[in-house]
Amino acid sequence: MSFLRNKVDQLKKPFLKGAKYEKYAPAFSALETFLFVPNHTTKKGAHIRDAVDLKRTMITVVIALLPALFYGIYNTGFQYYSQLGEAFTFWDAFLHGAIKIVPMIVVSYAVGLGIEFIFAILRGHEVNEGYLVTGLLIPMIMPVDFPLWMLAISVAFAVLIGKEAFGGTGMNILNPALLARAFAFFAYPTFMSGDKVWVSEALNVDGISGETILGKLAAGKELSYTAAEMFSGAIPGSVAETSTLWILVGAAILILTGVGSWRIIAGGFIGAALMGLLLNQFPVNALLGFPWHQHLLVGGLAFGIVFMATDPVSAAQTLKGKWIYGILVGIFCILIRVLNPAYPEGVMLAILLMNVFAPTIDHYVVSAHINRRKKRLIAVQNIKTVS
Amino acid sequence: MAAKEKNKTPKKPLVLFVKEEKEPLFSKKNRALMSDPLNDNNPITVQVLGICSALAITVQLKPAIVMSVAVLFVLAMSNVIVSVMRNLIPNRIRIIVQLVVVAALVVIVDLVLKAFLYDVSKQLSVFVGLIITNCIVMGRLEAFALGNGPWKSFLDGIGNAAGYAWILIAVAFFRELLGSGKLFGLQVIPDGFYSLGYVNNGLMLLSPMALITVGVIIWIQRSKNRKLIEKN
Repeated sequence: MSFLRNKVDQLKKPFLKGAKYEKYAPAFSALETFLFVPNHTTKKGAHIRDAVDLKRTMITVVIALLPALFYGIYNTGFQYYSQLGEAFTFWDAFLHGAIKIVPMIVVSYAVGLGIEFIFAILRGHEVNEGYLVTGLLIPMIMPVDFPLWMLAISVAFAVLIGKEAFGGTGMNILNPALLARAFAFFAYPTFMSGDKVWVSEALNVDGISGETILGKLAAGKELSYTAAEMFSGAIPGSVAETSTLWILVGAAILILTGVGSWRIIAGGFIGAALMGLLLNQFPVNALLGFPWHQHLLVGGLAFGIVFMATDPVSAAQTLKGKWIYGILVGIFCILIRVLNPAYPEGVMLAILLMNVFAPTIDHYVVSAHINRRKKRLIAVQNIKTVS
Repeated sequence: MAAKEKNKTPKKPLVLFVKEEKEPLFSKKNRALMSDPLNDNNPITVQVLGICSALAITVQLKPAIVMSVAVLFVLAMSNVIVSVMRNLIPNRIRIIVQLVVVAALVVIVDLVLKAFLYDVSKQLSVFVGLIITNCIVMGRLEAFALGNGPWKSFLDGIGNAAGYAWILIAVAFFRELLGSGKLFGLQVIPDGFYSLGYVNNGLMLLSPMALITVGVIIWIQRSKNRKLIEKN
């Protein structure tokens, strides 16, 4: 090990202060930390108010994402082979999915980290670990066959406009991963919606098509999936958002380690359930009559609430604010799903909308708290003056 | 009789042109009037005026250029006219007088467009009429033409309209190129790109992207031009 350390130290020389490549020091130190744990921790930033540093937080989220990601890889192959009607083994399906999804992850990381490195060098700060999560989230919420160059542009847009324009990690208003998806959704709608994008190769092979459950409902078609399938995730959809089961495993990891806020997650599900229940009272069409408990299983609701709404930068910060924020995300998600025929899925827009309102929620929660304490103070003073 | 005359205020002489000290037509100061609004004092990116039309008519280059020319004409002419009349206009009704001047010019522009460029006029629809309410026009009349001579006001009008125009044209260039793969309605992205899988960016055609493009221009401008960064 000391051999490696010496080698790295030797390489580091030109990047030290006053040396030739001083400007590129952030890039070097970012690569160095892949090999060695640095002896300094995150000092400032809105990310976390705890002894845990940014790196550990981000790695925890990545670990929580892995179950859903692996299931998503398997499901990609599963959907493809079962649509074709061919016999296949677990590894066939997994391999097919991996061939599709690994390039997406590579492109997402390469483009996003490339931009982060450039800005770190231009601005002279360290490369932040924030993109490790974003870069994994973006391919997980795209359709399988989303062209790689479009993915690259979406990533570049999200990192540049969503993050760097506001000052980098911890300063963004909107969740960058969702911003990438929103950009792709509005820029290339034919690749992001419809019945030809959700199953691998559906654009090229005639025998394959597959709508998401919500798409089918919006089009007024019959459903052919059971609730168990919806829960386990054997349904068409974006890469890794189909399996509520494995998302809940991720949620458990986030909640147990204290990285994700259970208030937002619980609030989101409660809000969605209540709104679904309310809309179930007027079952005029298939979407309005879709049972509320199945609303929680389909689409990106679970994934969005567990992994996106809990993003500590763009979510509400106060404890009460988190409840309000979570519940409103759930409510708006179901509202957009059911009552807006243009968008079969609503969780993306719901979270982005609430990202914008999160500071407002915090403001009112804090000022209500201040007012309450002021009143208490006045009451105490009154008692004192009376006695 | 004498007391009465004392109360009478002496009649103000009617001043049309104030004689100023001679200054070459394109002195350094006058040139600054034209060049300042292009960068340091750009009406769109620094003063953030006239944003609405910048968002609405920048989907294609042609309407953006026509709009720029229209604003150039209206702004320069109204600046000159108001500047000539500036000592005649009673202060309390100056906004109304300015509006009448601007509205008359806009009607002229509108009629000319309808007569000679009917299709562009259709595309611009209400936004030609809305030049009347363009904050840049009113802002320059209030801030400059009311206090300066006609020649300076003319230069100021040209400068500000040019500052408005280059942003408009830059935004329209990117929106038309990336949004529909065309410039001036002619396809510039070769068919080969499309057959390789290139797809036009639909978001560029929606107005949020105009706002973001303007934002990116502001971002680049501010990082280049340190004068614009506020000290706090």
